[in-house]
Amino acid sequence: MSTLLAVNHLTMRFGGLTAIDDVSFAAKNEEITAIIGPNGAGKTTVFNCLTGFYKPTVGELLLHEGALTHRLERLEDFVVAQKARVARTFQNIRLFPAMSVLENLLVAQHNKLMLASGWTIKGLLGLHSYKKEETQAIELAKYWLDKTNLTKRANDNASDLPYGDQRRLEIARAMCTDPRMLCLDEPAAGMNPKESAELNSLLQFIQNEHKIGVLLIEHDMSVVMEISDHIIVLDYGRKIAEGSPEQVRNDPAVIRAYLGEDEDEELPPEVAADLQRETSHG
Amino acid sequence: MSVLNSEKLPPILKDSVITGLITLVLAVPIVGLPTINATEGLQIEPRWSVVIWMVSAVFLGRLVLNFWWHREQTSSSSTILLNTPFLQSLQQLLKFIIPIGVLFALILPTMPFASRYVMDVAILVITYIMLGWGLNIVVGLAGLLDLGYVAFYAIGAYSYALLANYFDWSFWICLPLAGVFAAISGILLGFPVLRLRGDYLAIVTLGFGEIIRVILLNWYEFTGGPDGISGIPRPSFFGLEFKRSSEGTFSSFFGLDYSSMHRIIFLYYLILALALLTNFITLRLRKLPVGRAWEALREDEIACRSLGINPTNTKLTAFAIGATFGGLAGSFFATRQGFISPESFTFIESAVILAIVVLGGMGSQIGVVLASVVLIGGTELFRELEEYRMLAFGALMVGIMVWKPRGLLAHREPTIRIKTEGSS
Ligand SMILES: Nc1ncnc2c1ncn2[C@@H]1O[C@H](COP(=O)(O)OP(=O)(O)OP(=O)(O)O)[C@@H](O)[C@H]1O
Ligand SMILES: [Mg+2]
Repeated sequence: MSTLLAVNHLTMRFGGLTAIDDVSFAAKNEEITAIIGPNGAGKTTVFNCLTGFYKPTVGELLLHEGALTHRLERLEDFVVAQKARVARTFQNIRLFPAMSVLENLLVAQHNKLMLASGWTIKGLLGLHSYKKEETQAIELAKYWLDKTNLTKRANDNASDLPYGDQRRLEIARAMCTDPRMLCLDEPAAGMNPKESAELNSLLQFIQNEHKIGVLLIEHDMSVVMEISDHIIVLDYGRKIAEGSPEQVRNDPAVIRAYLGEDEDEELPPEVAADLQRETSHG
Repeated sequence: MSVLNSEKLPPILKDSVITGLITLVLAVPIVGLPTINATEGLQIEPRWSVVIWMVSAVFLGRLVLNFWWHREQTSSSSTILLNTPFLQSLQQLLKFIIPIGVLFALILPTMPFASRYVMDVAILVITYIMLGWGLNIVVGLAGLLDLGYVAFYAIGAYSYALLANYFDWSFWICLPLAGVFAAISGILLGFPVLRLRGDYLAIVTLGFGEIIRVILLNWYEFTGGPDGISGIPRPSFFGLEFKRSSEGTFSSFFGLDYSSMHRIIFLYYLILALALLTNFITLRLRKLPVGRAWEALREDEIACRSLGINPTNTKLTAFAIGATFGGLAGSFFATRQGFISPESFTFIESAVILAIVVLGGMGSQIGVVLASVVLIGGTELFRELEEYRMLAFGALMVGIMVWKPRGLLAHREPTIRIKTEGSS
């Protein structure tokens, strides 16, 4: 597979705190690349740099599109989504709560629809060309509603959905922007085992059928180890390991980072248990 | 009071006593110790009886309220059950209310009770409905707290007055121009300030409103300063003037006897048409990508950015379109009054329009109508109360906020629905 994203010497400082310290990695097209690490390791900060919400202190973020290369660190946040087509979800879900599920998915197709509505003028006049485009947008929304099992809730307010549904809706919304790279920040957080299993198949479907690159931050090892092609491990802002799930789960540096030198209790117990279970399986 | 068990009584009493004490502390210096002009200079003349009255009124009022809240708490489970069917029937009712309301507005001038006074109040109420609908785009849909909306109203009014006075252009040319000027000023204001959020935006827009008023007040050569502009041309009915004359006037053309009511009725239909146009365009915009983006921005700006929506442009369109409607209403105001001065565009106007939007239920079009009728029509009714009118206005607002904290009609209908199995 061709390289989709190249992160070169990324450093992000907040005052005296170095949240990311000279991290480099690459992510390939049609692959799921996981970024894992203990709390505060800097995972979300990497996403915020990639999507233009933070301007990196040092470093290059290259997104390849054929012969074209987007310098993500130079683009404004909404331009990253618009031009480089990087879509993301948020660790603390950010839906449009008072709007319906369907409306959430239509807002995601804003730029396309805005063009079709002739910057509102054609739409205001009710021209046919806009109607047609809107129908297509609704079809795309329905497609993702179906894939995320939310068709029944299409007309309900996003805030009325249970937690797991909200997480899936956020993924559907990101996919409606027709992204080239999808960045998911802890999509399985708060999901039960059945829901995480469904999430696995959804992500694999996106990877295989839509042929885009997926970046995944996740603490749930049953998700990470199952579906990732490549894993990057961060700790205190540094990359401490990288490789296939097999390699990473046996890496002594990773086990030390997660379990601590003396098996201390800083680590959330469920993560420790997950990791140990996965390790013993392997 | 069987619902009250004795355990609840002490906290209720305690709360009421504390409220009474707070009132006492506040009332003694504020009301209790007025100064009077005596021959030897300022003297203090205590009014203890007034203080005692106030404290006991507050204590008793709080007690009654406490009992009321307690009752609500114990019976809340049944009200929740009642709520859903009640809401649904309200929804049904609204479907009929809208056409009936529009019909009523259309035939109002033919009603026997439509005196000059009633028509004047109706025109005033509809002007505020239009302003409310215009501001609703900015505050209700886009979620941008604009405390200086009256500036656009003023720009519209002065644009019309100056264009008509200097160039002698007709109302129908000046009206769209006034809208365009207001839109441009909305964009000019929006560019620098729309990066600000929440409170900061509110403060800057508040300042903008004042700046416009101060300019109008001080640019004497151009705007007439505090003297205002008088002799603003009245609108004509497609070239036919409303005058007492036998040639080329509205009454002579239609072979009617001259009546001063003709112009009032014409103005009434004019503002009704402008308001309905505002509503029509707003309802249309809500269903278009731009309208959905406004609401999405109100809900979560960061999520909007992550979806590739340019927040500044989107907010600017909301600001410009809201300003346009404000400007159109302003030129109507100028032509109706025939005289304008900076007096008419003070902060209190912005506050009243904002109150209409908030009390109506942010984003609700019918809510704006209801709130305008209640607030503007209501204060007109209370005119006999004279100086207590503002008190009644305040009490009304407090009442609505206590019983309907999210506005009179806070329900939001999705802009689009699709068929899903399991729902109708
Ligand atoms: N805007 C900011 N200002 C200051 N410090 C920040 C900011 N954003 C992140 N940090 C700091 O950077 C470090 C990394 O945070 P980050 O949110 O990236 O961690 P994470 O790996 O996503 O953790 P978690 O698993 O808890 O989500 C933390 O110490 C955090 O406090
Ligand atoms: Mg995080």
